[in-house]
Amino acid sequence: MKRELVKYLLLVAAAVSMPYFFSDGYMMNVLVFVGINTMLAVALNLLLGFAGQISLGHAGFFGLGAYISGVLTATHQVNPWLAMLIAAIAVSFLAFLIGFPILKLKGHYLAMATLGLGIIIYIVFNEAVDITGGPSGLSGIPNLALGSLVFDNDVKNYCLVWTFTIVTILLAVNLAHSRIGRALRAIHDSEVAARVMGVNVRLLKVQIFALSAFISAVAGSLYAHVMTFAAPASFGFHFSVELVTMVIIGGLGSIYGSLFGATLLTLLPELLRTFQDYDIIIYGLILILVTMFMPGGLVQGIPSLLGALLPKKKEGRG
Amino acid sequence: MLKIKNINTYYGQVHALKNVSIHLARGEIVTLIGANGAGKTTVLNSISAVTPVRNGEILFNTSPAHSLSPDRVVGMGISQVPEGRQVFKPLTVEDNLELGAYLRIRKREGRGVIRQSLEEVYTLFPRLKERRKQLAGTLSGGEQQMLAIGRALMAQPLLLLLDEPSMGLAPLVVQEIFTVLKNLRSEKGTTILLVEQNAKAALKMADRGYVLETGKVILEGLASELLENKEVQRAYLGKEKKEIWER
Repeated sequence: MKRELVKYLLLVAAAVSMPYFFSDGYMMNVLVFVGINTMLAVALNLLLGFAGQISLGHAGFFGLGAYISGVLTATHQVNPWLAMLIAAIAVSFLAFLIGFPILKLKGHYLAMATLGLGIIIYIVFNEAVDITGGPSGLSGIPNLALGSLVFDNDVKNYCLVWTFTIVTILLAVNLAHSRIGRALRAIHDSEVAARVMGVNVRLLKVQIFALSAFISAVAGSLYAHVMTFAAPASFGFHFSVELVTMVIIGGLGSIYGSLFGATLLTLLPELLRTFQDYDIIIYGLILILVTMFMPGGLVQGIPSLLGALLPKKKEGRG
Repeated sequence: MLKIKNINTYYGQVHALKNVSIHLARGEIVTLIGANGAGKTTVLNSISAVTPVRNGEILFNTSPAHSLSPDRVVGMGISQVPEGRQVFKPLTVEDNLELGAYLRIRKREGRGVIRQSLEEVYTLFPRLKERRKQLAGTLSGGEQQMLAIGRALMAQPLLLLLDEPSMGLAPLVVQEIFTVLKNLRSEKGTTILLVEQNAKAALKMADRGYVLETGKVILEGLASELLENKEVQRAYLGKEKKEIWER
């Protein structure tokens, strides 16, 4: 537990020091997205990495969080914080209801079902023009505010988003080390054995699905209030796959892995801008290399890579 | 303690258990023997509620257990050691054991009591203590079986269901495990229902036995009597094999 505390404090220190390193707005803006994506990757990791249940529809939950929050505030003038809460509760409730039939499925079938769910949500965003504004998006979403402090620039947004991100990571790490975390990993390994241990497998799977959706919806709501705009294109199938990639590249079943995965996948496109048209090729190449040479994800791969690169102690070579 | 009355279990169209009735008194060791596909595992899974029974009754200490969910059954005091061990391979030995106490931790039983149960399991199987930080997948087959039994014991069961604990293990290890089971009964009074392919070893240890064939109980009696029974000897103990072969 002590090691966990040290890791966590390091993370907090790093997050707090970022605004001092990057004074320009552009990098702060990128880091806002790193924070949001980290929340999403952590949420998905609880489901995919711990409980072993795939979801290809998480962008849908993310989008629902953004749109519910956006519509309530922009169209109905609800307080943004209240809207965020309503969005999160509504989305997790929806996930809870859908979870019962959907999570009976396993493997490819579950992937198909969640994929379908994500696509349905995406179509609703596009077609319910009266409510969502359709493909051209929903604008005029207000910023979040605490009293007279309005989160309306990059540094303020950074502080806002990363407060949520850090709390999410704390919650997830605690959950991972609890009785529930153990039970989730047990489900991942063998559902029958988990069941005869007294774990209510069906309910627990649905509960973790709902929790995952809750976090995703909060991230969506933050996204909407930071961007003050939401369009369907950000919540499509492609983004769901990207989230799964973040979790896998970072390391399945590792909370900090999700942080690294989300960071890498968010920063890479920005860093590769200099290569212009070739950026997508290099991006793909890096992903392939990471999966090939770091099968356990970045959390396991980076330490062993460092171990290999650092000068070795004198060993007799045969 | 456990009364199974005329249960019928189906897998889709397949009628797996046909009017099976079994009873166990407190502190008894009862074994269930039979060939592959006879329905032995199905009996255990029906008790554990992993496979639902279609009709019939399962009474545990006079309260019905056939319509409960698996976690409720564990909560009543029935733990299963599943076939093929099914330890959680990516988890450490200690995490596996703590999962056995899942419901007890949920009921907010203190850290101290759980710790104590953990130590009891370690006394039973000292090898698990040596390896407690190791991943369960790296244990040998015998150690995994010990872990599976220890994990079930962490729930402090009144009735322990064992599904082929001798599967794929060296005779010496089987002996070691059976000794532990016998001690468990004499020290803690745990009732044991043992499903076995290794009919001889099982009948030697048990008080009573049932013989299952294609989903039906075809014989029951004292274990010592079953050991002497000509039909059992022929079919399950491998005696007079030559005679049949010559026929």
